Amino acid sequence: MKLGYVELADDPRYANRGVLSGIVFTDLGRPYQGSQVALEDARAIGRVIGVEFSMEKSTASSDDELVQRISEWITNDGIHFVLADLPVAALKDLASRLADRPVLLFNISAPDDSLRGADCANNVAHTYPSEAMLSDALMQYLVAKGWLQILVLQGPAPEDAAMVAALQRSARKFRANIVATRPFLLTNNPRNREQTNIVLMTEGVGYDVVDVADISGEFGRYVSYETKLPRPVVGSAGLVPTAWSWSWGRDAAVQLQHRYEKVSPPRRMNGADWAAWEAVKAVTQAVMRTRSTDFDAVKTFLLSDKLTLDTVKGNPGSFRAWDHQLRAPVLLSTADAVIERAPLPQYLHQTNVLDTLGIDAPESACRF
Amino acid sequence: MKIAQTLGEVAVALDARFVTLILPTIVLGLVLSAEARAKDTGYVFVSNEKTNNIAVIDPKQDYKIIKWIPTSHRPRDMKFGDNHRLLYVACGDDDVIDVLDVATLKVADHIPTGPSPEMFQLSRDEKALYVSNEEGSSVQEISIVDKIILREIATGAEPEGLAISADGKTLYVTSEVTDMVHVVDAEGGVVTENIVVGTRPRRLLLLPGGKELWVSNELSGEVSVIDRAANRISTTIDFLPPGFRQVDVTPVGMTMTRDGKSAIVALGRANHVAFIDTATRKVEDYVLVGSRAWGVALSPDEKTLYVANGLSDDLSIVDMESRKAIRAVPVGRVPHSVVIDD
Repeated sequence: MKLGYVELADDPRYANRGVLSGIVFTDLGRPYQGSQVALEDARAIGRVIGVEFSMEKSTASSDDELVQRISEWITNDGIHFVLADLPVAALKDLASRLADRPVLLFNISAPDDSLRGADCANNVAHTYPSEAMLSDALMQYLVAKGWLQILVLQGPAPEDAAMVAALQRSARKFRANIVATRPFLLTNNPRNREQTNIVLMTEGVGYDVVDVADISGEFGRYVSYETKLPRPVVGSAGLVPTAWSWSWGRDAAVQLQHRYEKVSPPRRMNGADWAAWEAVKAVTQAVMRTRSTDFDAVKTFLLSDKLTLDTVKGNPGSFRAWDHQLRAPVLLSTADAVIERAPLPQYLHQTNVLDTLGIDAPESACRF
Repeated sequence: MKIAQTLGEVAVALDARFVTLILPTIVLGLVLSAEARAKDTGYVFVSNEKTNNIAVIDPKQDYKIIKWIPTSHRPRDMKFGDNHRLLYVACGDDDVIDVLDVATLKVADHIPTGPSPEMFQLSRDEKALYVSNEEGSSVQEISIVDKIILREIATGAEPEGLAISADGKTLYVTSEVTDMVHVVDAEGGVVTENIVVGTRPRRLLLLPGGKELWVSNELSGEVSVIDRAANRISTTIDFLPPGFRQVDVTPVGMTMTRDGKSAIVALGRANHVAFIDTATRKVEDYVLVGSRAWGVALSPDEKTLYVANGLSDDLSIVDMESRKAIRAVPVGRVPHSVVIDD
């Protein structure tokens, strides 16, 4: 059973290589190692069920190259399950160009809601949480705490705008209120102080909490303790909704973290690592439970409600039928502690509490 | 027995300064009564993962905690040895098994193990320990006398539950990550068979008669019944306590009555224990206990069931006749296992 793994050499999301202003952040970086931890486990299972698990990796410089590579894999190597660590545009491009080929792509790093909505593709399954799931997780916590008045500081990137859009949707869903949305800029130019000085940006309005939408990571980490009013910071900094935190200590998370560190010193596991790990695990489970390596049989089981995937976060995971998003808990984490695990117990659902996070069936814009 | 009890009560009644003063007397009292107390104290031992100690509870003194025994870091599984004179305690964060002297209620010795020991079994002749190393993907056979690793048996990742056949020749080990039970030839030290079970298998229970092995599957929320002659699953037992959903059911700890007629399974996040008729495999009762119930143990007279609740830091005491939780005793942080000195 051979799996594939694709990434782009010049993916802008990894341009800083885990380094901000020369400081190395040990949980920033590409998620390939996460897949390797799961592959080790798959091999142990494979020895018992008589299936050899392996993985081919391709780092390309263009979408064209990736499409060609995956096509070759399908034809020559019998590879039908491919982990894709790609930005939104590349993933959409690949999904549409491979639409009639026998392949299932795993989105392991893009939170973009459109990938699970209007632009969804039948040949993509998402193990990385959607933006909507992440912001719903955060909003459940804020509402449970009674922190209903939210001041938003928004960065200039399209990803920042996507985070704010998701937050607005979550605020409507859980009945919180965004009191103001103020843009910030990454500059030292004193003429822009209204958009760089955190004290100025956080005065003149009342709020319970400050939400920072900052994909760059350069701004958000300086907001805590700098606000005009003494209020907690959430979103991209402070309390962050995430698929994974190294400080999660329950549900055998520590053992997974240690297995990860063994293959990848001195890195710590991040959200995309977890998603890569989970994608390989999903394929392994499907092969093990169907006792088959046939693409259709494995894919059918994998996307069915029979899948009981260990999320290492408590609730077992499975893929939502309406958009192929993996339902899994979301962690709310500070720099060194997981404060809460969403869904919070007070949020109930008619079939699965995990579906209180993200886009539920009736509201989905995805049509396969 | 009587003397030690009285002294214990006095010590608790006095304030801290006096306790310090009379401490030598208490120790003397314990040492003197050691012979008489080597057996049948009825004490309940609860290992606490995060407070690094064992709470010793005396049911005869209204379930009072009569002693906190400091251990190495992260004590988990416990087993009695040498006719209940010793208590072995696996301590996961120090890679060691503590050896407690049951008479003095103190750690007397340590046996080094591989990384992160969680569950273990004593060999039938009590010369060796079989220890599952959660982070080492192996079971180690360790000589108790020489304190050396005799053998290391490779398993799937996160091995946990261990069971040993009545003749001591077969060892069963669960692997949480690879969803299987390894069948190990204890003499040869090799895995002879692998049985794929439910998701995240945790603990094992060998039923009397030698025909059945039960496996609790934490994530798929079921117990797999393995036919030992064929080494395959013969049936599966599902659980659904009232008011809960399938995903809340995360079975881990299991025990049974001595005659093997009734089994008890702790259902983890479903906060219940289930009573099962082992002949019909029907769930007869669900009893509400504390949060994330894992460790379970029956009193020697089988009138009382003890349940360690990992997320409410307490021990539920369940009356076996009425099948109701009659009280809860606060213990240390994250209680893991319960054993009873009978």
